[in-house]
Amino acid sequence: MNSISDTSAVRARRVAKRLRRRHWAERRFRLYGLTAVLLSVGFMVFLFANIIGKGYRAFEQTYIRVDINYAEELIDPNGTRLAQDLADGNYQGVIKASMRAQFPDVVERSEQRKLYGLLSESAERALKDHVVGNPGLIGHSDSVWLLADDHIDLLVKGEISTEAAEEDRRVDDQEIKWMAALTAGHRVERHFNWSFFTEGDSREPEQAGILGAVKGSLFALLITIGLSFPIGVAAALYLEEFARRDHFTDVIEVNINNLAAVPSIVFGILGLSVFIQFFGLPRSSPLVGGLVLTLMTLPTIIISSRAALKAVPPSIRQAAFGIGASRVQMVLHHVLPLALPGMLTGAIIGMARALGETAPLLMIGMVSFVADVPTNLSSAATALPVQVYLWSSSAEQAFVERTSAAIMVLLAFLLTMNLLAVILRNRFERRW
Amino acid sequence: MTTNSIQVTAAPDHSLPGEPVETRTVGQISVQQPVLSARAVNIFYGAKQAIKDINLDIGLHSVTALIGPSGCGKSTFLRSMNRMNDTIPGARMTGRITLDGEDIYSGDQDVVQLRARVGMVFQQPNPFPKSIYENVAYGPRIHGLAVTRADLDVIVQSSLQKAGLWSEVKDRLSHPGTGLSGGQQQRLCIARAMAVDPEVILMDEPCSALDPVATARIEDLIDELRDKYTIVIVTHNMQQAARVSQRTAYFHMGELIEVGATNQIFTNPGHRLTEDYITGRFG
Ligand SMILES: Nc1ncnc2c1ncn2[C@@H]1O[C@H](COP(=O)(O)OP(=O)(O)O)[C@@H](O)[C@H]1O
Ligand SMILES: [Mg+2]
Repeated sequence: MNSISDTSAVRARRVAKRLRRRHWAERRFRLYGLTAVLLSVGFMVFLFANIIGKGYRAFEQTYIRVDINYAEELIDPNGTRLAQDLADGNYQGVIKASMRAQFPDVVERSEQRKLYGLLSESAERALKDHVVGNPGLIGHSDSVWLLADDHIDLLVKGEISTEAAEEDRRVDDQEIKWMAALTAGHRVERHFNWSFFTEGDSREPEQAGILGAVKGSLFALLITIGLSFPIGVAAALYLEEFARRDHFTDVIEVNINNLAAVPSIVFGILGLSVFIQFFGLPRSSPLVGGLVLTLMTLPTIIISSRAALKAVPPSIRQAAFGIGASRVQMVLHHVLPLALPGMLTGAIIGMARALGETAPLLMIGMVSFVADVPTNLSSAATALPVQVYLWSSSAEQAFVERTSAAIMVLLAFLLTMNLLAVILRNRFERRW
Repeated sequence: MTTNSIQVTAAPDHSLPGEPVETRTVGQISVQQPVLSARAVNIFYGAKQAIKDINLDIGLHSVTALIGPSGCGKSTFLRSMNRMNDTIPGARMTGRITLDGEDIYSGDQDVVQLRARVGMVFQQPNPFPKSIYENVAYGPRIHGLAVTRADLDVIVQSSLQKAGLWSEVKDRLSHPGTGLSGGQQQRLCIARAMAVDPEVILMDEPCSALDPVATARIEDLIDELRDKYTIVIVTHNMQQAARVSQRTAYFHMGELIEVGATNQIFTNPGHRLTEDYITGRFG
């Protein structure tokens, strides 16, 4: 179909031009892709830098070394040395006396109260535990590291600008002076914040820990995985391997897909009216939280389990039938073991989603302030993402770093779970 | 609710094995010692009829080849002989197939037991993704054929020997069956079928995925197995049918056109369609 004028030289030039255009198009396309990737990586770096930058300080707390005089008349006036009597001792008095001794020139009442306020209210409890554990201290003295109050902690961490006008900051000049004196006397140190991981929530930021929320999430997820995995796998097995394709299974399939798309808050409302109002299960409990998350995760697990079953080639089923396996044997001996890694991967991803879920838990009351670490499935609790929400809406500045620290803990769990899913997939995924 | 959806309607009672049957098939549909006999078999996929009124006996300890153009229903008919069609949603059959005189579609026939007596080898080698040993041992295990591990070892070894695979795999029985070559995999599948001691082995184009050398080995194997087993083989390769079978049945669009001794079918076909097919006029 070449015209006469189309000499080979002309054609060669045309071909070369086309080729150039094609290379250009390819390069351009690759550039678009690269831009998209860089953009998302950039957002992620920004997110992590922001969170870690704000949150890392929460992993350290300020402690003040105080010389304590364990006066018998305050701690154990009757001299019994019985643990129950020691527990009733006036440790606040002990601490106050020790602080006064540290700063003897502070005599005015209100000044003294401010002085005591350098320390956290939990210092009293820490000292009590210390004495109950070592009754021999009574009548002697030693120096003890006691937790500083949150505004002092912020000051030491440099988060309160000392340049601002005195009435605009939470620590006044006198407190700054006292802290300078203590620092000069090597009485101020930052220690790793163990209690952040071992304590429940608190109104006092320096005492607030994340264990309550972690355990609440853990309990809820135990319920969720324990219910949604077996139920989801059983449903998927039934639909894929046993049910005959008809209108009934079509309707079920459509419903499952729709359910997976229902906003999670709706499951929260469902849980509220069914589990709490109808069945009377305890409000705010991980039990109800887990049940609601089960409802939410179930469709996802069914869908991913069915995909895992579909990926098992039909030839395996034929082979099993051909040798005389019953349908149940075929499924249990051959198909299920091959599909299980895929099912587990789906389940872990579903769990990760459930772990990050907040809205339905708000509906069933897992959003209240709970100071006690939950001990069982029906004790009042909150969950990790809800804890983030609670702390982020707290007024105290010291909760800002704790919010970010809680997010870091949550992200650590999520990343671990996703990593596990990836490892599982790479290790066990079979290619036919 | 399972997909075991084959519905069997009562067969017209002209169909006792060995008795003359009214049929349009050219050649002798019955044999002296029938193991399997199909009478008035029709098979449908939904509304579509894949097999039309087929009568055929399968003789003891011989190789019967089913040939015919693609889509003519060879596999469908083969699967009806161990009720593998039961596993296909929408498949339905009428008529009667007997194994040693017993109706295999009757209510008291256990499908699982039937498939132990009538084994099957598929077009694509499909070993389980388990060890070679486990592949062969699986059948005896689920059918309770071995009491002790030693019994099982004996069954595994003899099955692999019969399939001509023992010397190649005896040092790596714990290796995955899927790691073998295609031809070895297919022989493993044959060993697996033989491990439950079947009377009949159905083979659906067992060599179509294999190279010529592996094909030759399987053909030799089929020839050896004929002493002990009754074999029905579907093949689209007419040379293969001529080499391994004693009797050949030619299918065309769901009908059994002609059946007879293999050398007679290939040298002196009785029906135009058979002749056209074996001379390569269509296929
Ligand atoms: N599972 C199935 N569902 C529906 N139709 C089928 C199925 N298997 C086979 N068929 C149809 O039945 C006819 C016979 O198929 P088959 O027995 O596979 O032929 P062959 O093995 O001779 O090539 C074909 O028309 C095919 O389309
Ligand atoms: Mg076929």
